[in-house]
Amino acid sequence: MFRKLHDPGADALTVFIDGLPVPAETGESVAAVLLRQPQGWSRTTPVSQSPRAPYCMMGVCFECLVEVDGKGSVQGCMTPVENGMRIARQQGRRTLVA
Amino acid sequence: MSATHTDLLIVGAGPAGMAAAVAARQQGLSVRVVDDQPAPGGQIWRSIETVAATPRLTRLGEAYGAGAASAAAFRQSGAVYEPGAQLWQIEPGIRAFVTHDGRASSVTADALILATGAQERPVPFPGWTLPGVLTVGAAQILLKTSDAVPEKPVWIAGCGPLPLLYMTQLLAAGGQIAGFLDTTPRGRLGASLLHLAQGLSQLSDLAKGLSWDFKLRRAGFPIIRHVTEIAAEGDERIERLRYRTSDGHSGEVPAEVLLVHEGVVPNVHAPLSLGCRMDWQPAQQCYVPALDVWGETSQPKIFVAGDGAGIGGAQAAELRGRIAALRIAAQAGRITDSKAEELAAGERRALKRALALRPFLDAYYAPRAQVFAPPDETVVCRCEEVTAGDLRARAVKGRPGPNQLKAFTRAGMGPCQGRQCGYTISHIVAAAQNRPVEEVGFYRIRPPLKPVTLGELASLDEPEHAA
Repeated sequence: MFRKLHDPGADALTVFIDGLPVPAETGESVAAVLLRQPQGWSRTTPVSQSPRAPYCMMGVCFECLVEVDGKGSVQGCMTPVENGMRIARQQGRRTLVA
Repeated sequence: MSATHTDLLIVGAGPAGMAAAVAARQQGLSVRVVDDQPAPGGQIWRSIETVAATPRLTRLGEAYGAGAASAAAFRQSGAVYEPGAQLWQIEPGIRAFVTHDGRASSVTADALILATGAQERPVPFPGWTLPGVLTVGAAQILLKTSDAVPEKPVWIAGCGPLPLLYMTQLLAAGGQIAGFLDTTPRGRLGASLLHLAQGLSQLSDLAKGLSWDFKLRRAGFPIIRHVTEIAAEGDERIERLRYRTSDGHSGEVPAEVLLVHEGVVPNVHAPLSLGCRMDWQPAQQCYVPALDVWGETSQPKIFVAGDGAGIGGAQAAELRGRIAALRIAAQAGRITDSKAEELAAGERRALKRALALRPFLDAYYAPRAQVFAPPDETVVCRCEEVTAGDLRARAVKGRPGPNQLKAFTRAGMGPCQGRQCGYTISHIVAAAQNRPVEEVGFYRIRPPLKPVTLGELASLDEPEHAA
């Protein structure tokens, strides 16, 4: 949906979305990277499994909830990317992991 | 200052929070600033420290660039600054609970400034939950923080200064606009003109607005005026956009991204949870905290500054932050009351000027009626997926208020805690029961203000690590 206007150069890093490597830049949020992916959606809802994507980008709508490094329901727009970060699109309800 | 007590706690590191911190430090107060963003600047100056060193600064405009000096002054102020910290509970007294890097902690303070800013007014319409529908503010944050623009020519719908500013920034960055659906109702200029006389002292702001308008008209994309209805359609994401104007003209266009904006409203969750008295602001149909001339709420030593005190923009936010800091310094005995009055006099004159155009803008961009009366099939509570029809059906059975409707339908119970549906619910209840919306009121706001995990809660008992 979105595209980046500049090449990150030395600030380039790699994150993994559902296991696939994706380029990102220091200082941007997980949600910003998700919005550059062709899939469009970044989670499905717990109630009706309808697809959702980041909406407000300022922490008030909670549409960008994703799994980050194994932790569920993290606000993607409030989470700066880190090199090697593992992001997973969250589907339906959260599950408890023992 | 101990690790957990401070003279002044400031929540928010935008224009108001940063200016208040600088002013309070100048009067010798210990200051702690917690902010949920990774860097100072708030929403208006998002990523300013990073962008200031790049050529991107010019195309984001002068008002954005002004944030660099404010952020630098804040960094040098000596305030303890805790970025990436989310406030989830605050109690009179004053004790605040935050989470930071997966750990919860609490801090006590003698005085508090809530500089938590504003959010875009949520505007439900059919399809607004589809991927590809975002707010204009979200797109502007993407431009500031990621240098990202919509891949294809983008549709923008709404009203207010922000869409105009974003569109000029987008064009300057090399982005493309498919069209603008202007939702400002017909005849608004006449109704707002009586407020313009007092706004004439802010001619430069008016001129700026007109210059955006002029640039956009010349850019050659379609501008459709007096739009009253919008619907986004598509299976897994927005594919089409339908609209209708007040004179019955309608259209359907393909769209991959739709950006919407219908004004901004103060963030009221923190003052509501503290039991601060709130006033209803009829022009913008929102609550604002009741404040004295210093910005102090009905709760002693709890202040609100910045757009959270009523939408005023960055310049007014900085002034309000400084004024609140002066009063807190006087209450703490650092300066006399008369010294605080003397120092505040110039700030107050400047604040009056900074707010002079506001009544005109509030009237010209007053939210249109349709914003609060979405069609039945529209999802109102995005988190729990409750539709306007569900809520209307429930609202006529036994005159429930917003809190009862929440219990009946789960609307407002999801992770956003009513930030997206609160005002819509109040209006739906008011319309269904034929009551004034200010009488219906708002959700009762309880902690946690933001979701907090059991693991984070458990970490509260752990001893603080020595710094």
